[in-house]
Amino acid sequence: MVKITFIQPDGASQTVEAEPGLTVMEAAKLNDIAGIEAECGGACACATCHVYVEPAWVEKTGKPADIEEDMLDFAFDVRTESRLSCQIKVTPELDGLTVRVPAKQF
Amino acid sequence: MALDDAAEVVETAATEIDAVVIGAGPVGLFAVFELGLVDIKTVVIDILDKPGGQCAELYPEKPIYDIPALPTVTGQELTDRLMEQIKPFGAEFVFGERVDELARAEDGRFHLKTDAGRALIAKVVVIAAGGGSFTPKRPPLDGIEVYEGSSVFYAVRRMEDMRGKDMLIVGGGDSALDWTLNLAPIAKSLTLLHRRDEFRGAPHSVEKMRSLVAEGKVRLLIGQMTKLHGENGSLEAVTVKTAGGEEHVTVNAMLPFFGLTMKLGPVAHWGLNLNENLILVDTEKFETSEKGIFAVGDINWYPGKLKLILSGFHEVALMAQAAHKIVHPDKKLMFQYTTSSSSLQKKLGVK
Repeated sequence: MVKITFIQPDGASQTVEAEPGLTVMEAAKLNDIAGIEAECGGACACATCHVYVEPAWVEKTGKPADIEEDMLDFAFDVRTESRLSCQIKVTPELDGLTVRVPAKQF
Repeated sequence: MALDDAAEVVETAATEIDAVVIGAGPVGLFAVFELGLVDIKTVVIDILDKPGGQCAELYPEKPIYDIPALPTVTGQELTDRLMEQIKPFGAEFVFGERVDELARAEDGRFHLKTDAGRALIAKVVVIAAGGGSFTPKRPPLDGIEVYEGSSVFYAVRRMEDMRGKDMLIVGGGDSALDWTLNLAPIAKSLTLLHRRDEFRGAPHSVEKMRSLVAEGKVRLLIGQMTKLHGENGSLEAVTVKTAGGEEHVTVNAMLPFFGLTMKLGPVAHWGLNLNENLILVDTEKFETSEKGIFAVGDINWYPGKLKLILSGFHEVALMAQAAHKIVHPDKKLMFQYTTSSSSLQKKLGVK
């Protein structure tokens, strides 16, 4: 199992265990993480699972693909460390990954 | 832009039809098939400009793996195949309109009205509206609601309304680009704001936009909105965060284009029993709390409900049996198979 920590805008944090192969969005939904809506169910067709990857992890999670970058146009307060969590696959290398949940999904 | 035709349909007489299907997603389309087999003629209305609903709008290229007998099919292929399958029944399609009003008349039939003023009268109504109607996304900026309709618009109904305005168009897709090109000549000033210097829109539109920028007719600003400023419902300025810091842009008309989201919409006001934004139905007829109004597919709820396309297909088959009793009360319905029934095959045009 891979540990992933979600930090809420108010600083509250929650660490969950995720099976490799899942996406970070799925790990969030399975553990009822607030603020990850995933309206489209993981099709990279909305932007409501937007997260900020902690800078230390940006290299390991990699850059968004073109389709994801396009979809990020529909998110709010997009930053260089912005990702759609449905597009980050959980791998053993990501054990300890920390992401921040934005103040607003839309 | 279908709304531009609104004036034309306002005065025309109501269309009388057996059934109105609201929603042209896969389940709405297959409803046409099942209703057609039992001699019910349909009009299908959808807010999008094409059939397919979420399948065509959200994931046309994504494969679906759980449609029986189709190991893999994309959202668009599924839509195309359904359109082919229902062709024999000659359903009429109304695209780009939303059903806003639904009420029962004294004779028991239903009167419907779309946002374009189109009127229909039907014996049964089938709500197959999926996640609801696709609605423009509202940027989550504090107080934006008070400017909507006066300074903030999600669609342009009349270009003339924008004449002489200091305009801000936000977004990087075709809507943002098209309106930038169309409104630049009549606006007092026009700023196109996008979070990055890359655009999703058609390359020739991007090219045209860039030449307007080069000519000084459009200002391209790379950044994101953080705050709205104004008084009494009139927008005066927008704070934009850019790579270089914050900027205050004078604006009295804004068009934000951040894509679409699904909202239950007018359905919520039709007096149907709901369960957490879903329409409560029985599992024999998939009828709502109102006799003659059915709800099928993702928009309904019953114990054990699964939001699967295949469940919706099952639901419309049973719904059609119940609808037949209302539309053709004096006709007896005999259960038949398309494989062996010559009368069904005649309807399908294969005999």
